[in-house]
Amino acid sequence: MKTLFDKIWDAHIVHSEAGKPALLYVDLHLVHEVTSPQAFEGLRMNGRKVRRPDRTYATVDHAIPTKNRNLPFADPIAAKQVDTLRQNCKDFGVQLFDLDRIEQGIVHVFGPEQGLTRPGMTIVCGDSHTATHGAFGSLAFGIGTSEVEHVLATQTLPQSKAQNFLINVDGDLPFGVTAKDVILAIINRIGTAGGTGYVIEYGGSAIRSLSIEGRMTVCNMSIEAGARAGLIAPDEATYEYLKGRTFSPKGDDWEKAVDYWRTLPTDPGAVFDRTVEIDATTLAPFVTWGTSPEMSVTVADRVPDPAAIDDDTKRRSYERALEYMDLEPDRNIESINIDRVFIGSCTNSRIEDLREAAKVVQGYKISGSVNAMVVPGSMQIKRQAEAEGLAAIFEDAGFEWRDAGCSMCLAMNDDVLAEGERCASTSNRNFEGRQGRGGRTHLVSPSMAAAAAIAGHFVDIRDWKFKEN
Amino acid sequence: MEKFVTHTGKAVAIDLANIDTDQIIPKQFLKRIERSGYGEFLFYDWRFSPKGDVIHDFVLNKPEAEGASILIAGENFGCGSSREHAPWSLLDYGFHVIVAPSFADIFFNNSLKTGLLPVVLSADDCASLAKNAATSPDHQITVNLEASTISDNAGFSSSFKIDEFRKYCLINGLDDIGLSLQHEASITAYERSLQQDQPFLSFSA
Repeated sequence: MKTLFDKIWDAHIVHSEAGKPALLYVDLHLVHEVTSPQAFEGLRMNGRKVRRPDRTYATVDHAIPTKNRNLPFADPIAAKQVDTLRQNCKDFGVQLFDLDRIEQGIVHVFGPEQGLTRPGMTIVCGDSHTATHGAFGSLAFGIGTSEVEHVLATQTLPQSKAQNFLINVDGDLPFGVTAKDVILAIINRIGTAGGTGYVIEYGGSAIRSLSIEGRMTVCNMSIEAGARAGLIAPDEATYEYLKGRTFSPKGDDWEKAVDYWRTLPTDPGAVFDRTVEIDATTLAPFVTWGTSPEMSVTVADRVPDPAAIDDDTKRRSYERALEYMDLEPDRNIESINIDRVFIGSCTNSRIEDLREAAKVVQGYKISGSVNAMVVPGSMQIKRQAEAEGLAAIFEDAGFEWRDAGCSMCLAMNDDVLAEGERCASTSNRNFEGRQGRGGRTHLVSPSMAAAAAIAGHFVDIRDWKFKEN
Repeated sequence: MEKFVTHTGKAVAIDLANIDTDQIIPKQFLKRIERSGYGEFLFYDWRFSPKGDVIHDFVLNKPEAEGASILIAGENFGCGSSREHAPWSLLDYGFHVIVAPSFADIFFNNSLKTGLLPVVLSADDCASLAKNAATSPDHQITVNLEASTISDNAGFSSSFKIDEFRKYCLINGLDDIGLSLQHEASITAYERSLQQDQPFLSFSA
């Protein structure tokens, strides 16, 4: 009896011997401009080629501007990095979805959207949010640049097997509680290092009820709980999502693929090294108040008081976080005013996220004191949202409507918080300076971010007055 | 990769848990295409004010931290992104060893591939070493990878656990790619069986 993770692991062992990491085959390698230049350079220095260009796909996302993309980059260093990726893809025969392509987008958005991501695969990328692809029942994890070079050269990676961790979220999610709140609740519960050394499988009826987009949001933030990979068993919703996508198997191949994928879910009775149960019916919209994704409370709660914490290290980290965030203990979350709103990132920039946010925004204008923007995860999503009328809703309300990219999730481009600015963000990290030096990030769901943009402060989305048409 | 056999040096402690890679090397420095020269950007926002002035209160800027090559930190060191620029910047700054009660997975892996040694000690042992480093004159720590021991000249001594294979690679400065390519025949055989057994999974747009 095996878990989903065990099955994928066993199916990908190229070589194993006692006392050494197993050599694991990599089915799909996704590449972007920031963590790859030194890897390609390493190949050149050693006279090596990309072993499987047909299993290697690149896009640009991290450092690119999200407006005026037809103009030369304002940042010459970013321009050089993107040009370097272009040259590397050309020299090594790797397909690049460049800025002029409709497929271009955040690496963890465009892969699934094009049908490159499939159940049962091993997927790597030089980015810690690669676990996103686990939503399809694939083993997907982030790697460093040395490992990127290793995969380019050998299509394998030496890996020691992680342990199995099951997180069951059972019950119906209450109104206003989204996939983002589920994963923030999980991180709050197990801590930012709670998943270290594990691959997390998310199960239970609440997870099953999520759309594929929602499942991607959950798996995406596995690394924020310390786990390199998080995955969800494939089911009919998965197959439905994948059918007909550009790279998905076609015709007879499709039927055979689905037959194979149906063998993947964890066997009944398979043993997990650790299990955590979460009651979905008790969950509420979450807001982070600190500088680690585990520092969160529900929107109905108050900022915690460090004085109530016994553990010395934890108390000091809480005090430091509150000082950085300029918040005082016992502050009511809804009383926190915000300056900026960012709806985007590989966590929450898919069509469903934009639909949820647009529902909240419809018929309203953003607060005069707020600067808000929506950055779709891919150009394809951008066009779809325009066709569905979502872009008009955002723009009429006063949001900026940008081109696809990582944008203010990590603020490598011009989309940066100024010192002291406070942001409601649908991204994944609220570290000090993450969105700009001195910037203060609160992680929330797309609907909570949208409501905050309109109110100028956090509000409980469960009380929102929706204006339909 | 540089070999790592033993290292003796001065230590400095940053007594914080969850030091993330955005602190170790902020994103604005990830746009370079080189592998070297990241030391000057290490802990940039903690070392320098927004105007670029030295923040004298920060531990690495204190005179006693000058020349330190061993960093002692709190639990979950290196959490966050997969940027290998984090160990590159620590190495380039002059650190050879990071001692902490626990490390984030990706950072831990990246370090081993770059020749930076992450040493896991209990929180109490980390605290003892940090205390000795702060109070003992001419304090020096010695890490012996072969023996997997760490000791100082103030009476501290402990052993640490490290995966035997990783240890072997570090001691010999072995390139992972070269090692994996020794299994070239197995990789080719695997690919052939994949093509035979599951042709429906090959990529074609």
